[in-house]
Amino acid sequence: MSAKKKDKSSAETMVKKEREVSKAKLIPVHIMGKRYDVPEGLTLMKAMEYAGYKFIRGCGCRGGTCGACGTVYRKPGDYRLQVALACQKTIEPDMHITQIPFFPANRAHYEFADLTSAPEEVFKLYPELFRCVACNACTKACPQGIEVMDAVSALKQGNITVAAQIGFECIQCGLCTSRCFGELVQYHMFQLARRIYGARITPRAEHLIEMTKAIDEGRFDNTLEKLRHMSEEELKELYRKREEEPVTAGEDWRPKDKTYL
Amino acid sequence: MSYLGYPDFFEPYIKRVEQTRPARVEMRRKGKEFPLMSLEERQEILKYHPDYKEEGKREIKVGPCKGYRIAHEFVDLLEAKSRVDPDKVDLTRVDYETDVLVIGGGGAATIAALIAEENDAQVLIATKLRHGDANTMMAEGGIQAATKGEKDSPYYHYLDVMGGGHFKNDPDIVAAFVKKAPDALRWLEDLGVMFSRSPDGRLEAMHGGGTCRKRMHYCADLSGMEIMRTVRDEARNRQNIKVLEFSPAVELILNEHGRCAGALLYNLETEEYSIARARAVVLATGGAGRLHVQGFMTTNHYGATADGVVMGYRAGIPLAFMHTVQYHPTGVVSPEQIEGWLVTERFRAEGADVVNIHGEKFVNEREPRDVESARFIKECLDGNGVPTPTGKVGVWLDSPVIDILVGKGRVRTAFVGKWKVYDRLGIDISRAPMLVYPTLHYQNGGLGNNVECETAVPGLYVAGEVTGGLHGENRLMGNSLMDLVVFGRIAGRNAAVFAREKAKEGQLTLDHVRRYHKELEEAGIVTDGVAPMLLPDYTSPEVRKRQLTVSYLGTLR
Repeated sequence: MSAKKKDKSSAETMVKKEREVSKAKLIPVHIMGKRYDVPEGLTLMKAMEYAGYKFIRGCGCRGGTCGACGTVYRKPGDYRLQVALACQKTIEPDMHITQIPFFPANRAHYEFADLTSAPEEVFKLYPELFRCVACNACTKACPQGIEVMDAVSALKQGNITVAAQIGFECIQCGLCTSRCFGELVQYHMFQLARRIYGARITPRAEHLIEMTKAIDEGRFDNTLEKLRHMSEEELKELYRKREEEPVTAGEDWRPKDKTYL
Repeated sequence: MSYLGYPDFFEPYIKRVEQTRPARVEMRRKGKEFPLMSLEERQEILKYHPDYKEEGKREIKVGPCKGYRIAHEFVDLLEAKSRVDPDKVDLTRVDYETDVLVIGGGGAATIAALIAEENDAQVLIATKLRHGDANTMMAEGGIQAATKGEKDSPYYHYLDVMGGGHFKNDPDIVAAFVKKAPDALRWLEDLGVMFSRSPDGRLEAMHGGGTCRKRMHYCADLSGMEIMRTVRDEARNRQNIKVLEFSPAVELILNEHGRCAGALLYNLETEEYSIARARAVVLATGGAGRLHVQGFMTTNHYGATADGVVMGYRAGIPLAFMHTVQYHPTGVVSPEQIEGWLVTERFRAEGADVVNIHGEKFVNEREPRDVESARFIKECLDGNGVPTPTGKVGVWLDSPVIDILVGKGRVRTAFVGKWKVYDRLGIDISRAPMLVYPTLHYQNGGLGNNVECETAVPGLYVAGEVTGGLHGENRLMGNSLMDLVVFGRIAGRNAAVFAREKAKEGQLTLDHVRRYHKELEEAGIVTDGVAPMLLPDYTSPEVRKRQLTVSYLGTLR
C-alpha cells in the first residue's frame, strides 16, 4: 500500500466517523461572508473544515485550552458582535463568522528576578491599566467565563493575589483585549500577576526544600544505584511488595516500612 | 428533551448509575476498593490493548531499525520521502545563525531554550504553529515527584515508573528522572508556577494510575497550561531567545564531520524553505496523536504528527519503544462536540467510579493506563458497554461521587476546566456522569537517547515526547510533564555546552536524506508520499473529490 493512500485513509476514517455522527440536516453558515451548508451540531472549527478550509492559523489544541481560535460572530437579526473559541462554539443557522488568529497586543518585558510583590510593579509595566473605564466588555467576551473586569479592578487596587486567582483559568486567547475600550492587555497582565503570586506571595513548600536537600546530599544514591542494576525479577518482587497509600488517606498517613524513605 | 443535559436516549442508563451510586459511595467511605490486578492478571488483560493487535503493525523496511514492527501509521511516514529534493537546496545560503537551534515550541523545547540561554547560548526556537501550541498546554492531570519525605522517596517513584512501563524502561534514564524530579518542581516554583497547595505552602498531591504514593502535584486541572504559559512568558523575557513561529523543521542538516548543524525550515505561509545553521540542536517536537493510529480518536494537539521521529530516523537515530502507543482510558465519547477530548485521570484519583451499563464497577480506577484502557475495551466487547444514539460505545465515569465523598462543589473547583466545557453543553458533571472510551493520547516511545539526552548524532539532543526510554512500554500519568521539565533542562544545558566546547564547523550536508531516498528505492518502496506530514487533513471527502487542480500554479493551490 502506498504511503499516501494509507495516510489519507486514517484521516478519512476520522472524517467519515464525524460525518456519520452528523447525518444531521445541513444548515447555512457564512464564513467571512461566504455561504456554506454544513451539518448542524458541529463546532465552528469543524464546520469550517467541513466546508473545505485547512487551518494553518486559528487552530490549536482543538480542546479549548490553547487560545488559538478566537472567533468573531454575529447572529442574524442581531446588531451585536460576539466572540467565542471556534473549537468550543456550536454553529447556529445563518451565523456570520470570521477568525482572529493573531492579535498584535503589547507585552511588557521584565527581569523576573528583579520583581517584588509590590503592586507598583504591575503599574510600572502596564500603566494603561488605569485606562480601564469599567465597561465590562472584557468579561462579556471571555470564553472561559472569567470575571475579567474584577481581576483588572483587583490589579488597580494593588491586589495581585486576587487578580492571579481570578485570572488562573485564562487561556490567553486575547478576545478580551480585542474588545477593550481602554486598550488594556488583560491576559498579559494576568500572566504577570500569576507569576508574582506563585513565586513571591504564596509560601513555598518546605517539604520540597527538604527533599531536594536530601537528594543533593546523596541520601538515595546507593538505593538508586542498586535498583538500576537489578534484574526484572528482583524489581517485580519489590514492586509487588510496595505498600499502597489508600486513596482516602489524609496527609498524616505514614507507611509501615520506612527503609527506603 | 434531555436528562441531566444528555439526550433522552441516555436516561435509563444514567438512572442505573444513580441506583448503584449510594452503595458504591458506602464502599469508598469504608476505604474498600475494587481489587487491583496482579502483574499476571494485567498481562492477560493487555491482550485487549490495541498495541497487541498484530494486524495494526508492520515491519519497517529501511533505516537503522529495519525489521522493527510498529504501527502502519508510523511506517507510512518513515517510508515516505523528504518534502524537498536535497539537490535543490543551496546549503551555502544560510538564513539564520545561532548557537543552539531548538526545534519545537512546547514544554520541553521552551525549557531547553531557557537553560541553554542561561548557559550563554544564543537560542533560536523554530516551531510549527505558535509558541506554546503543544500537548504540554493540554496536560490536565499533574506532575509527579517524590517530595514528601515522610512517606515517599525516589525509590518508590522508580518502582512505579518501571512497573508502569512493564519493567522494560531504560534504568539509567529512570534513575536520573526520579532523582531530579523534586528539583525540577522547585525550579518551576521559582518561575512562579501556581501549584495547588495548602495555606502553609504544602503542595497538594494525589494518586495517579500505577502510583503507590500520592505524588502527583497539580495546578487545579490546568497543570500543563500553567506550566507552559509560565515558561513561555519567561522565554519571552530573554533577549537571547528568538522565536520563529509557523516555521517547522522538515529536515535536520548535518555537517561533513557527521554532526548535527542545523535544520531546514519551512515557512507554512509563504511556502519558502530556509536554512538555520546551529552549533547544536535540540529536537523536541512532541508526539503523534494526529496520525490517528488504528483509527482512534485523539486528545492531541493539531500539530502532533511525529515530525521529529521522521527527521531523526532519517538522520540515523534508532527508535526506542515505538511499538507501543498510549491510549488514555477516558476520552469523551458523547456529546459529539467534544468527542475524543481528555478527561483527566485525576477524576478517578479523587474517587470517581468507573461503571458499566449495569452501573457496576468492573475495574480498579487506578490501574496503569494501558491496563485500564484494555479493561474498558474488554468490557465493551463483552457487551457491557453503554451504547450511544450514533452507534458508539463507552463506559461511565461517575464524577458526582466526588462531590458526595469530598464535599459539594469539589468537582466545580478542582476540575474547573472540564466542568466549564461540559457546562457549555448543558451538562453539570457534579450531577451527571461522563461517557468515556480510550483515546489516543501519548507516544510512549520515540528517538533513542541516553540520560544526557544525547543521540546517535553528535550535537543533536532530544527531550520530551519525541524520545523513548523513560516510560518503557507505558507511561504513567504525571510523568510526561515531569519528563519534559527534567530532560528539557538537561538537553538545554548539554546543547549549550556542546555548542561552546565541542562543535566543529564544517560544510553543511543533506547527504543523509539522499542516502535514505536511495535505501527506499533499494527496498522497492514506490511512493509519492512525503513526510513529515506537518498537519492533518480533515477536509471532507466530498470536498476533496472536487479539488481537481492538476498542479499548483501561482498562489492558487
